[in-house]
Amino acid sequence: MQSFELIRPRGIDGILSDWHPGDAFIAGGTDLLQLMKNDVVAPERLTDLDNSDLHAISLVDGSLHLGALATMAEVAAHVDVKREWPVISQALLLSASPQVRNMGTVGGNLLQRTRCGYFRDVGFDCNKRRPGSGCPALRGDNRELAIFGGSSHCIATHPSDLPVALMALDAQLDLAAPGSGTRRLPLAQFYRLPGDTPHIETALRPGEMITNVVVPPGPHARNSLYVKVRDRTSFAFALVSAAVGLAVSDGVIRDARIALGGVGAMPWRLPHVEAALRGQRADTSVFETAAARAGDGAISAGLNKFKIELTRRTVLRALRTVAA
Amino acid sequence: METSNPTRRAVLGTAAALTAFSTAASRAARSEQPPASVSPPSQALIRVNGKQLTLELEPRTTLLDALREQTDLHGTKKGCDQGACGACTVHIDGKRVLSCLTLAVRCVGKEITTIEGLADGDTLHPMQAAFLAHDGMQCGYCTPGQIMSAVALVKEGHTQSDAEIAEWMSGNICRCGAYPNIVAAIREVVGPDGKRG
Ligand SMILES: Cc1cc2nc3c(=O)[nH]c(=O)nc-3n(C[C@H](O)[C@H](O)[C@H](O)COP(=O)(O)OP(=O)(O)OC[C@H]3O[C@@H](n4cnc5c(N)ncnc54)[C@H](O)[C@@H]3O)c2cc1C
Ligand code: SF4
Ligand code: FES
Ligand code: FES
Repeated sequence: MQSFELIRPRGIDGILSDWHPGDAFIAGGTDLLQLMKNDVVAPERLTDLDNSDLHAISLVDGSLHLGALATMAEVAAHVDVKREWPVISQALLLSASPQVRNMGTVGGNLLQRTRCGYFRDVGFDCNKRRPGSGCPALRGDNRELAIFGGSSHCIATHPSDLPVALMALDAQLDLAAPGSGTRRLPLAQFYRLPGDTPHIETALRPGEMITNVVVPPGPHARNSLYVKVRDRTSFAFALVSAAVGLAVSDGVIRDARIALGGVGAMPWRLPHVEAALRGQRADTSVFETAAARAGDGAISAGLNKFKIELTRRTVLRALRTVAA
Repeated sequence: METSNPTRRAVLGTAAALTAFSTAASRAARSEQPPASVSPPSQALIRVNGKQLTLELEPRTTLLDALREQTDLHGTKKGCDQGACGACTVHIDGKRVLSCLTLAVRCVGKEITTIEGLADGDTLHPMQAAFLAHDGMQCGYCTPGQIMSAVALVKEGHTQSDAEIAEWMSGNICRCGAYPNIVAAIREVVGPDGKRG
């Protein structure tokens, strides 16, 4: 790991006013330090977010507010989260390991970099790490990579589970930048598809930080769950995962939310499958018809072809389980 | 104790030798890069197992390397150095965390417990005794991390069934496959109703 300086300012104002180009924020450090050890990134200075005062989990007018520095373990265990937004708790409990969840934070999880093996090994070219150098994954080991949202420049997936749940729930992010105050942005507009600039991953401006995540409540949120399919039973990234929320009354689906993990360049919503469910009866044949369309638009790079059928089956299992 | 003031070359050498999955190409790329900035090591007081230790820390020194290279507390093990194996598990302020992904300078003012801090004099912690009784190890390399995780697990209360124990121990990998005996050891400590601890 290259040398760097570490500064520990107090409060959001202190953090933002101390920021200068070349700095990186460190929260739990669980992703950043892996990348620094492998020289994938080499910031000159780290700004420690520990004293940012952004650790709280609270309810504001019925909406859930997650401070960016709340740990994955704290959010997963929170009683209101478990009752009103169970898909969030489940997505987190199926993430990483207990030790990582005690360290990793909400903000850091949303900004975890891709697990594409070429990206994380500086011995290889990679358009995301070194723009214009090429993408060895297109013809190489792409078994774990994206079937939705990729481009001829990059087919990396976003690896985190929490933002899949948050995407299904229409979460919004509060962002704060040096000199320009705060703004609120839907999570759906936060992530950027790779196109021909795969190194630009989010809408974050220079020096801008995530301060807070806001999640609205609703019957679809209360009746929600997370299904994660992986190579081993525990402590592994998703091959395919599905966050689903269904609002059902009198046997009729009033609202449906579905987002996928492990398959998209960003957490991937399925609006056409949701539309196929709304207004229909909550029964197996409706679920089967809707889930059959979950792979529509998918593009395989070769070794990841199995994910298309696995996506349909994962969505079907999630729908049947949440309606049971 | 290897050296209290390692040179950059020595640090890189150690890191390269211990990074299990790095390729020859990435090692070459690593040594070509000049340091982006140099922060001299400075002295810091870190509280480990109830004692204040004075350590020479650069910002980049991990808690794992600080313990293993600057103290005689060698029980905490380095497996992957990437968060994936759990061999380096310690407790910070009572919570189980990975010392390989923790910067030591961020631990000032916190309470660290390592495997050496569990026993009470010559009396083993009940979890250590149970691992011995149930042969919860073969080569023993993962064992300090397993025991630190197991002690935290009991406190957290995720012990209602063997399946729940296995899930909440899944951050600790054992190449020797001692898993059934590890679960048996934890089961003994929590008792049949899964509630003690
Ligand atoms: C072995 C292993 C297995 C894992 N498995 C999974 C898994 O199955 N599912 C999963 O979802 N995750 C998994 N993870 C990833 C883990 O969840 C993330 O590393 C963690 O959530 C990152 O959070 P952090 O606080 O440690 O981030 P850091 O490492 O501190 O930061 C990550 C990035 O976010 C930036 N950042 C952090 N906070 C902010 C903020 N508030 N504003 C702006 N920028 C910020 C940092 O600058 C950095 O670029 C795994 C990790 C490991 C080590
Ligand atoms: S898929 Fe993206 S991250 Fe992976 S090698 Fe190609 S450009 Fe890099
Ligand atoms: S050494 Fe493997 S998790 Fe830290
Ligand atoms: S006892 Fe050998 S690795 Fe676990």
